[in-house]
Formats: sequence, C-alpha cells, structure tokens
Amino acid sequence: MDQVAYISMKNIVKTFGKVVASNHVNFSVHKGEIHALLGENGAGKSTLMNMLSGIYLPDGGSIFIEGKEVHFSAPKDSIAAGIGMVHQHFKLIDVMTAEENVILGKKGLFFRKGESRKIDALAKQFELDVDLHKKVSDMSVGEKQNLEILKVLYQGARILILDEPTAVLTPQETRKLFAIMRKMKAEGCAVIFISHKMNEVMEITDKITVLRKGETIQTLNTAETTPKQLTDLMVGRAVDLTIERLEQPAGPELVQVQGLTVLKREGTPALQNVSFAMRGGEILSVAGIAGSGQKELCEALAGLQKVKEGKILFQGEDLVGQSPKEIRRRGISMSFVPEDRLGMGLVGGMDMVHNLLLKQYQDQKGFFLNKKPAVEKAAEIKEKLEIATPGISKYPVKNLSGGNIQKILLGRELDSDPEVLITAYPVRGLDINTCHKIYDLLNEEKKKGVAVLFIAEDLDVLLALSDRILVLANGEVTGIVDARTATKEQIGLMMMGQKATELEGTAVVENC
Amino acid sequence: MLKIVKKTEATIKQKIAINIVGIFAALTAAALFLALSGFNPLQVYISMVEGALGSSYRISQTVIQAVPLIILSLGIAIAFRMKFWNIGAEGQILMGGFLGSYFAYNFSQLPKPALLLLMLAAGAVGGAVWALIPAWLKVKFHANESITTLMLNYVALKWIEYLSAGPWKDPAAFGYPRMPRFTENAILPNVFGVHIGWIIALVLVVVVYLFLNNTKKGFEIAILGESENTARYAGISIGKTVLLAVCLSGALCGLTGIIQASAVNNEMSSALANGIGYTAIITTWLSGLSAPVIVLVCGLFAILTQGASYIQTAFGIPSAAASVLQALILFFVLGSDFFTKYKFVWQKSEHQTKEGK
Repeated sequence: MDQVAYISMKNIVKTFGKVVASNHVNFSVHKGEIHALLGENGAGKSTLMNMLSGIYLPDGGSIFIEGKEVHFSAPKDSIAAGIGMVHQHFKLIDVMTAEENVILGKKGLFFRKGESRKIDALAKQFELDVDLHKKVSDMSVGEKQNLEILKVLYQGARILILDEPTAVLTPQETRKLFAIMRKMKAEGCAVIFISHKMNEVMEITDKITVLRKGETIQTLNTAETTPKQLTDLMVGRAVDLTIERLEQPAGPELVQVQGLTVLKREGTPALQNVSFAMRGGEILSVAGIAGSGQKELCEALAGLQKVKEGKILFQGEDLVGQSPKEIRRRGISMSFVPEDRLGMGLVGGMDMVHNLLLKQYQDQKGFFLNKKPAVEKAAEIKEKLEIATPGISKYPVKNLSGGNIQKILLGRELDSDPEVLITAYPVRGLDINTCHKIYDLLNEEKKKGVAVLFIAEDLDVLLALSDRILVLANGEVTGIVDARTATKEQIGLMMMGQKATELEGTAVVENC
Repeated sequence: MLKIVKKTEATIKQKIAINIVGIFAALTAAALFLALSGFNPLQVYISMVEGALGSSYRISQTVIQAVPLIILSLGIAIAFRMKFWNIGAEGQILMGGFLGSYFAYNFSQLPKPALLLLMLAAGAVGGAVWALIPAWLKVKFHANESITTLMLNYVALKWIEYLSAGPWKDPAAFGYPRMPRFTENAILPNVFGVHIGWIIALVLVVVVYLFLNNTKKGFEIAILGESENTARYAGISIGKTVLLAVCLSGALCGLTGIIQASAVNNEMSSALANGIGYTAIITTWLSGLSAPVIVLVCGLFAILTQGASYIQTAFGIPSAAASVLQALILFFVLGSDFFTKYKFVWQKSEHQTKEGK
C-alpha cells in the first residue's frame, strides 16, 4: 500500500529469560483494515500485542504510529496513542453499571455526569448494543464484550485489538460482533483480530499475519489464501485439518441422568430437570453459552457437586450423594478432565510424578507413599503422548505449556481405562496440533466402548466430532440433536434458549 | 527510567545465592548501625560467634536455644504446608506446658521414666487440643485461622496467669504469683551436657520429613495446601485432613512447651513461651517449610540469640541491638525473595539500542 501504515512494528525482540518470545517480528496495520494475527500457542501473538498495548517493554526494535516512532512504558502511553485492547477475560467491575465502567478509566477524581450523552452517541455511532444503566453483573457475555469495546473507544482508541473475542460467543453474537468490526473499519479505524477459528478469520479479515515460534512467517491478503495454506504456515508443515467422526453403532446405555437439578451457592438453579443418557462407544457433546450449567453437570456426574434432585444412574446404580472416593470404591471407573486444569485436575506446584500419584495413591496399601509405579507411569505417558518437559520429577507442571499440561491430565485420566469419560473444554487454548491429538484420543476411547461426554466451545468441532449434541441454555436442556444433521444456526438458537422441538428442520434425538 | 520487570523463575542455586547476598547485606547494614553506635562491627561479629560457639558450655547453651525453635518450626511447617496459618504456637506451647505440668505437679510419686513419658504425652495433647479449636472453627464456619489462633494465644496466657496467681500458686513463694518447682523426677535428663530435648528434636526432624514427603497423609496435606479444588477432585476428605494436620502441628508446639517447662525452667510459668512461638514462625518461613533446612535456620537463629546475649555483657550493647540485628537479617532475607521473581531494568527514555540475541 502506498500510504503510511497506521501502526508498524519493526524488528521487535522480546525475551523472557532464555525464551525468545518475539524474534525480530515485523507487523503493520493500515487504516480501515481488519488484520488477523494467526499462530499456534506460544507463537508470540499475545507477547506482541502486550508490547503494543504497553504492558511489556520490547527488548529491541521500534514501534511507529503513522510513521512516528513511539515508546510505550505503560499501558496509559499506549491508550494515549489511540490503541485499545479488549482482553479475552473481560476487565469490568461487576457491581458497577456500564456507564461507570466506561468512565472509570478516565482521569480525574469525580464522575462527570455530562459524559452520558457522549458515551451514548459513541455507542450509537458504532452500533454497540449497550444499556448504560445496566449493571455488569446482569449482562450477557455479548453485552459485556460490547461494553469493553465501548470503553476503549471512549478512551479514544482508533486501533482496536481483540484477543480471541469469539471464543465465548454464540454464532449469532459473533455475527453481531463482525458487524461492529465492519462498522469500525468503515469509520477508518484499524482492528487487530486474534483468533484460532479459521473460518472466522477468512470471513472478516482483509489481511493475515502468521506468526510461528516468535517469528513473522508471512503477511497475506485474505482473499488470496486458503485455510489449508494458513494452517500449514502456522504449523510449519502440511497438516491434516479434517476432524474425523468414527462411525460405529452406539453401545448400551451406561449412564442415565434423570431429572437432575443442581443449585448454585446463591440458591438459584444451575441445572434444572436435566435428563439424558450416555451410551458406550459414543461421543455426546454439550453445547451452550459459557456458564449455562456445563461445569455443574460435569461436577455432579463426578460426584463433586451436591445434587438437589434427580438421579444419576450408572448401569442402574444411583450415584447421587456419593463422593468420588465412594464411586471409585464401587468399582466404577469414571474419569473426569475438568475445565480448570491446574486448579482442579492437577497440582500446579508439583511435578508430573506426584500429579500421577494423585489418582493412584489411595489404592496403595499402608501408611507410606510408593512413588515407584508413578515414576514408571510418568515415563510411559511422557513417551506415548510426546510430552515436552525438562523432567518428570522435580519440575512443577505449572511451568509447562498449556498443551503439555493438558496431555499430562488426559494421560493420567485415560490411563485408568475408564468406562465413562467426562471432558470439559479439553482443547481450550491449545494449538491445532495438540487439539487434533486430543480428538484422536477421544476417538480412540470411543472405539474402546467408552461413553464420552465432550464439552467444547467450537461448534464446528462439536458437529464434526460427536455423535449427538446436547444443548444447554440457562441450566436447561433445550434439545439433544444428531450431530450428523444439525446445523450451527440451529444449535446457536438452542443455546439462546429455543427448544429444539420448536425449531424447524431439527432432527431431535431425544425429547426432554 | 527504572522499571521492575518480571523474570523467569530462579533456579535453586540462584535462590540460595540471592539469600546469601541478602544475609551479607543485612550484616553490612547492621555493621553501619553498630559503627554509628561507636562499636567496631567486625569485633562485635567475631565476639558473637565466639560467644555462641567459643566453648563447649557456650555450644550447649546455643543448642538449648535451638531445640525449641526446631520442634516448633516443624510443627508450624506441617500447618503451613496446608496453608493453614497457625500463628498460635505461643498459646499451644502454654497449653502443652499446662497439661504436662498437671501431671508433674500431681503425679510426682510415679517412677521417673513413666512420669516423664506421661508429661510429654500430655504436653502434646494439650497443644493439639488447643490447636483443634481454630481448626474446627475453620472447617465448620470458615473462620479465619490466623485470627483465631492468634486470639487463643491471649486466652492461654491469661489462663496460665490465673493458675499461677490462684489455684496453682506455690504456697512457699511468699505470696508471689508463681507456680512450684518441679520435683527431681519431673525434670528431663541431660545427654552429653544438654537436656534430652535435642535428641527428640533430631528424631522429629526425620519423622516430620518422612511424614511430609513419603506418606499418603503428608501428600494429602500438600495437595490441600496447593488447591482445595484439586483435593476435592482427588477425593480427599478436606475436613478430616485439616483437623489431622493442625492437630499434629499443635501437638509438636505443645510438646515444646512441656520440654521447656521441664528441662529448661524446671517449673511452669506464664513466661514459658515468651515470644518464641512467634520467632518460630519466622524460622519456619525462612526455611521454606523444609525439615532439614529448619535445623540449619534454627541453628543460625540460636547462634544469633546466644551471641547477642554474649556481646551484651562483653561490649555493653543493649539487648535491643541484638533484636535489631535479627530483624535486619530477616528483613533482608525476606526482601531478597523479591529478586528471585523480578529484576530491575534501566530503560533509556530515548532510542533503545539494546538488541536481543
């Protein structure tokens, strides 16, 4: 392009100890451009954006805005230069209203009431759907995101960085977000879009920069590339992108959940009258907006959550009210890969051997801890799942990369040869290679006749991998559909609370 | 502009090096303080070491200082592993001393070994029961244990003061509010010039080390300390584990109480703990909750304390100065922790020239 780039980052270098997170990275964005930053985990996307937003200082290289060199030493410098970042995890204050959250970042001691009209006008200009007097705690995820965008726009941002903004949205909300992004583009702003979802990147962006291992691989025009090419660039070699559904007849019903109701701590229902069955040799997926009761469902099945009403039958035996220990003692082999890997599934501060012991030690006899079997297991799992770790003992697992952490957790859970496998967001935050490895592992379990419950965010993956999809909305099942015939739009509507039976053309597998 | 930047986690070698630098920085700062007070710092330091280790008698005195610190630190370490902040060692010492002394005062006709064993057991029980109160409150009502353990220290102290002024008052003390001396068979024997407590301490170091690192219960305590959710996930009974760990923690503190009362003071008194329960929190933390390191750190603290009391008489330095020295060391060593996680970077305000790799 002949005009001067809006932002241009040249020869950026950033090291953390021995790790080179950014190695002479070049990246530039023009006005009126939606530019995707693509790369596996650890490719250096976040590091680069954190430097652009003044959170990290680059060790070398320069940043230019409209041709002028700038030095950010704190986020406020970056904001002043017109850069606004919307983080993946929203940074909003729950007990305050939208308006208060917007004004909060502004200088000055007092809230200025006259700002309301200005904020309102801004929201209208960019077609942001925000009720300024609503409290954040009463907002949906989509509304919160709109509010975050409004906040940075109000701070004067002309360059918007969106870090995986669609990870938590329904297809319908995503479409709205894209409309806002297009609006910003039309207003002459620049948008940097970080996403793992290839189809979204292809749909919305003008240009794509691929990073790999801290280096800029290539910047391409979206119109001139394909998802296949992009993935190959990201990974550095040709990859098979197809997710295979293992076609096989479903086995017997292993688990029957009947009328399950679970309350949140405040007493409001997290799950309401949920009924479904899990069959051996089948992957049953759960779709739903974040916080629709997925976590409670998993924990209730695993015996970690108090159940108000209903039954969880395992081959006819009711598990409600049993602790995980008691469930195990009855000879029921159930594995649970929780959403919070380091906070629940593993002990972050301990090494791999001790983390494997977590599942074994209770079956050991006597007073003392026998580490030997876990040492052997650790070596075995490390080999089998290609876990990259400096050592199986004396090296805390929290220092490993997300993919390796997840492999340790999955490796341990699959090692006990479960009959029922519950996995909550097992691929969240993992790179494409590891994701596919995990899909393969799930298919392997399915082949063995295990009843698999699979919770994930990416509807494309759910549709491709699973046999049936159960949709949760506000703790209620809105339907269980056949993954072979269902569409993303149908599931999206069901996630918003529409019953499958009310939708046209939905193949309902079970009525609830 | 000076910036604070997070760095990659330091290796164990680096951490030790940073801590040693911290100790030297503390000694330097204290030297400044001593020099300003008109003393030759080098001379003072040499005398301190001499005062603590200069003769077999002095060494035995230093060991006597170290023994209670070691046992207390072991006890506190068990609770701290679980992130149960037991600040109540002080009270647990007193209650251990109280229950142990009960047998010393009322069963003095028993044969010596039987009486001593009974006293030690009672001491442990006294401390354990006292610690179980906040543990139970925590399990049942999520009461903050740092507050409850701390408050119970005062309850224990006042209880002992009441006993010495009332029911347990020594009738031969001319009206002074003090308790009677123990009879000969209620006093722990000496082994190699130091009361048998040092053997108990060393045995306990090994036992606690094995317990924390090589037993199933110890493993559960460590898991619970890292994450309650993981403990729940693993099927650990949280309430039971908390009660057990705190019970052990209190038992060790109570044991210290009765050992001190019997072997060192030869009587029960409200001055039994006298702040050592707080000092032990410091030594526990400095040793990183590791049993072998506890011996090292408590040894150093004992040398410091003993050396300080020596320079008091040798140089006429007030005892407060010794406390200043201890506090400085603590401040610098804990402060040096900062440098295991962060570093300072000088950022030029103009063009940056530094190139990476």
